[in-house]
Amino acid sequence: MTVLRSALDVNGAEYAANRRIALDRLAALEAEHATAVGGGGPRYVERHRGRGKLLVRERIELLLDPDSPFLELSPLAGWGSEYPVGAGLVTGIGVIEGVECMITGNDPTVRGGATNPWTLRKALRADEIALANRLPLVNLVESGGADLPSQKEIFIPGGALFRDLTRLSAAGIPTVAVVFGNSTAGGAYVPGMSDHVVMVRGRSKVFLGGPPLVKMATGEESDDESLGGAEMHARTSGLADYFAVDEPDALRQARRVVARLCWRKAGPPVSPAPVRPPRYDEDELLGIVPEDLKAPFDPREVIARVVDGSDFDEFKPLYGPSLVTGWARVHGHPVGVLANAQGVLFSPESQKAAQFIQLANQRDIPLVFLHNTTGYMVGRQYEQGGIIKHGAMMINAVANSRVPHLSVLLGASYGAGHYGMCGRAFEPRFLFAWPSAKAAVMGPQQLAGVLSLVARQSAAARGKPYDEDADAAVRAAVEQQIEAESLPLFLSGRLYDDGVIDPRDTRTVLGLCLSAVHGAEVRGVRGGFGVFRM
Amino acid sequence: MAMISTLLVANRGEIARRITHTCRRLGVSTVAVHADPDADAAHVAEADAAVRLPGTALADTYLRVDALVGAALTAGADAVHPGYGFLAENAEFARAVIDAGLIWVGPAPDTMTAMAAKTEAKRIMAEAGVPVLDAVDPAAVPEGSWPLLVKAVAGGGGRGMRVVRTPDALPDALAAAGAEAEAAFGDPRVFCEPYVERARHVEVQILADTHGTVWALGERDCSLQRRHQKVLEETPAPGLSDEVRRRLHRAAVTAARATDYTGAGTVEFLLAPDGRFSFLEMNTRLQVEHPVTECVTGVDLVELQLLVAEGHALPPAPPAPRGCAVEVRLYAEDPARDWRPSPGVLHRLDVPGVTARFACAPGGTAAAGPDGLRLDAGVTDGETVGVSYDPLLAKVIAWAPTRDAAARRLAHALARARVHGPTTNRELLVRALRHPEFLAGRVDTGFLDRHHGTLTSRPAAEQEAERLSALAAALADAAANRAAAPVLGTLPGGWRNVPSAPAHKRYRSAATEHEVRYRLTRAGLAAEDHPSVRLLDLAPHRVVLESAGVRRAFEVTVHGEQVYVESSLGAVALTALPRFPDPEPPTTPGSLLAPMPGTVARVAAAPGDRVTAGQPLLWLEAMKMQHQINAPATGTVTEVLVRTGQQVDLGAPLAVVTPRDTAATPPPRGAAQDPATTAPRVPSPGHDRPAPPAEHSRAAHQEADT
Repeated sequence: MTVLRSALDVNGAEYAANRRIALDRLAALEAEHATAVGGGGPRYVERHRGRGKLLVRERIELLLDPDSPFLELSPLAGWGSEYPVGAGLVTGIGVIEGVECMITGNDPTVRGGATNPWTLRKALRADEIALANRLPLVNLVESGGADLPSQKEIFIPGGALFRDLTRLSAAGIPTVAVVFGNSTAGGAYVPGMSDHVVMVRGRSKVFLGGPPLVKMATGEESDDESLGGAEMHARTSGLADYFAVDEPDALRQARRVVARLCWRKAGPPVSPAPVRPPRYDEDELLGIVPEDLKAPFDPREVIARVVDGSDFDEFKPLYGPSLVTGWARVHGHPVGVLANAQGVLFSPESQKAAQFIQLANQRDIPLVFLHNTTGYMVGRQYEQGGIIKHGAMMINAVANSRVPHLSVLLGASYGAGHYGMCGRAFEPRFLFAWPSAKAAVMGPQQLAGVLSLVARQSAAARGKPYDEDADAAVRAAVEQQIEAESLPLFLSGRLYDDGVIDPRDTRTVLGLCLSAVHGAEVRGVRGGFGVFRM
Repeated sequence: MAMISTLLVANRGEIARRITHTCRRLGVSTVAVHADPDADAAHVAEADAAVRLPGTALADTYLRVDALVGAALTAGADAVHPGYGFLAENAEFARAVIDAGLIWVGPAPDTMTAMAAKTEAKRIMAEAGVPVLDAVDPAAVPEGSWPLLVKAVAGGGGRGMRVVRTPDALPDALAAAGAEAEAAFGDPRVFCEPYVERARHVEVQILADTHGTVWALGERDCSLQRRHQKVLEETPAPGLSDEVRRRLHRAAVTAARATDYTGAGTVEFLLAPDGRFSFLEMNTRLQVEHPVTECVTGVDLVELQLLVAEGHALPPAPPAPRGCAVEVRLYAEDPARDWRPSPGVLHRLDVPGVTARFACAPGGTAAAGPDGLRLDAGVTDGETVGVSYDPLLAKVIAWAPTRDAAARRLAHALARARVHGPTTNRELLVRALRHPEFLAGRVDTGFLDRHHGTLTSRPAAEQEAERLSALAAALADAAANRAAAPVLGTLPGGWRNVPSAPAHKRYRSAATEHEVRYRLTRAGLAAEDHPSVRLLDLAPHRVVLESAGVRRAFEVTVHGEQVYVESSLGAVALTALPRFPDPEPPTTPGSLLAPMPGTVARVAAAPGDRVTAGQPLLWLEAMKMQHQINAPATGTVTEVLVRTGQQVDLGAPLAVVTPRDTAATPPPRGAAQDPATTAPRVPSPGHDRPAPPAEHSRAAHQEADT
């Protein structure tokens, strides 16, 4: 074993400053999470409880195995939009009867659990994760349907929700719907398309058209129970497979359904050897990333606090030293790690990455990308040295690799470097950001500077004098806008990651995701890459 | 002079094991007998050979004379030891043993006959000059004779016994006692005698050989009793003047000589606060509490019984006792619920610091050291304590140079013991042993009744112990869940990236329900009800907590829903409540549910009967105890669901009473979970105890069995 040696000075001023800023950012993140947990606010929460109902997170807690972990995904969906943070839906990976499942649950305290555009994107992302990782899907349904004012953003793409349910089923991935309340009109197809359906006496309401609509359509007098009550669906229509007497009973029955799936993960089992924690304290992860991302940090300090036993066998340490590559285990799962060291990716780094990714595919080993990159190197020497070819090699390798990829944005993730390090568009199975991360086409200052240079050249070409004061104002405004739009809360709100995590949770989050990706077969591509431009 | 080479032990449980233990040391082979439920019992496994007594009922097995004698002959035994209880005082059995050419380990059958009838025994004793209480004619009770005690002529074990304080209650008491005596002994005869208040029960151990030597081997105080059954015994009796002690011993020797007694026996006296005493009865056998005598004298009474039975002579004088010994009887019963028997599987019984088992010295030799701790257990780990027999799990005996030292050692050992399984009287025993009045030697037969409240309620310190124990149980469960998790087992327990509510577990103790809310965070334990508690170490069976600056280890053992937590704060038994309440079949309002498993002894109600609240409807019998089931409300019996002789399980519906004014009697909510709510004789935890009905009056502790 090769134990990393930490050079982090935990008593130094730099560490203290980094830690202070990290704690401030975590406090802000916690406040946003608390907003999401608060759902529709105290008034609606009280009203919901007053009806004798459980809150969505209470339902999830009862569904999960006691004392098991739960990773909530996209908790900040809708942040910065006109819709509430969290988008009225909770999604996440948890363990039910020893089976890792994708769990989704409407939050009926948020506008009746209605689906807005962010709710839809969040739900589709959960479906995507369930399909890619073969996670049984349990839907805790109580939704008033589409948020009508925003129907134009929902109606047409929203059909994918039903498509996904049946595609999951077709792929042999079980789907379970537990209906706690409204699931009407289009929503009725959620239980309709699920493999297993549990309904709650006196609570579930599943019909295509309610009494007023039926009255309008056919003149028939009816009521909720006869059109779509649990009793009716359990005894008459057969839509409900399981009849629960109350909410806890429904969750108990849902657990029994999962227990009877006899589910087996398709990936290789985790090594039975005891898992050693890192040699260094995870808490120290808060003191590594500087406030100013222009100052590089050694990603080995992060790796030493994330991987089992801080045991890391580095690949090509002397070649392309701006990218650290190597092998390790996280909670027993083998991984290949790619981590930016000096921010910039040069040709050797790109070639090294391409080779490393190919090796991981040959060995069926999942890859973890730790981002802190300003992108590929520019300049005459580098262009002439073939940086485009080599960057393309790396992106080719990442794009066509078939082993599971997990990305974590630690610091900067700018430019094509974001792509080469398996950014969102390259479909990593999971992507998380630290509160210190920033992602954009380039850094805000650089971007503002580029705009300013272009404007200055344009003015010069037209022979006009350049207004330096206006330039300074524009630069500041642009810089501020880009800065705001590079921040993790903003990007997370737009579903460009699966969540912003506490750096100290990185090992736990990676461990949980690595276990989840083993739900599907872990098999790298053999050949199968695009043409490598040499 | 005969020599016993193979001994049949006509008994079961603790006493059978104890006799076998001595025989093994002496080189005597043993033959056990067993009824069908006892086929796997320890007393069978430990004997050299065993004979099955087919059946379950006592009359077919341990009380069946011909089967027992046949077993002895079949197995080639040359002697029979009856133990105590069962046929130990049955002269007919003794005669049958002797007639079969076997040695009877006990006194002559004629002596047994004479002493078995209480009125006859008193006559003999009065003639010999032993003080006795005169019988009172119930037909003409003189003024000033109240209260009276009604007793069965063939009595024992408190059955057929009633204290009567007023003349109008006498006829009912006579009838009820007679019926109970008939059911228990096949003899309905009862008699009355004055009831002595604040009396003590003091008995003298005697041992007599066939050569004219009679020993008075010290006395025992057995005043701490419940339902006429002894709970705690000690020797010497505290606070006796030398004069009273001498007179007691002399009276006992006189009694033995008056009956030509041979072997081990006990003469029981009632000792009034003024020092006067009167003969109660003579037990013609070994007593349950004989170990206290052994521990201070160093003799092995079973060994001496065999010696006398073989015809050997005793040394002229008994060994002088040294120090003090205290014994407690650990029963599977719930003192807080009217001593209700509590059958079930005994998963584990482990008393720390035990120095000897079934003997006073580790090697089993008779010589006892100056102090020690002895355990005589009838049940071994994993055995089921059934409803058919006495609920005695074990006797624990401590001895030391002083009474205080013995009591302290015994209390500590009991408090720290692992008793995993049925509810027991352990806490009551610990509190009694630490009670200032007990330590001051002020004991009488009313002690347990007088202090019942304090002995069964949990002081504040114990409530805190329970709360911490419940927290430890929840945390140990979390560790066990993590260890058993098929996936993600190495991740932190209960981890959340977006925390909403703490983990939540519920436990029920005898007294209350504990809700534990906790989170295991990066910074350690966060339990909102325990802000000052720190978690120092966590494993599935061991949790180390620091509370208010004090570090303690909690050992946690789980058997199904039962969780047992031991720490320096004491032992706490908890029931883990399910996350999802099982949807139970609804119980008809007004249903009477069995408060314990048992046999229906008698049914006194039929469908259609008009009944008043509190009126007895039927009786259940379990573990030698009868429990009366009363009408919960005034109304009509609409259903009787059981018949006499039927075995019922805990919570089984017995009968349904429809209240006359249904609106005035709310239906028993949650009756299925807590049968106590519909069986008003049995108080629910945390509620005041209702006044015990007459037949269970614990005032009648004038006399106790074994």
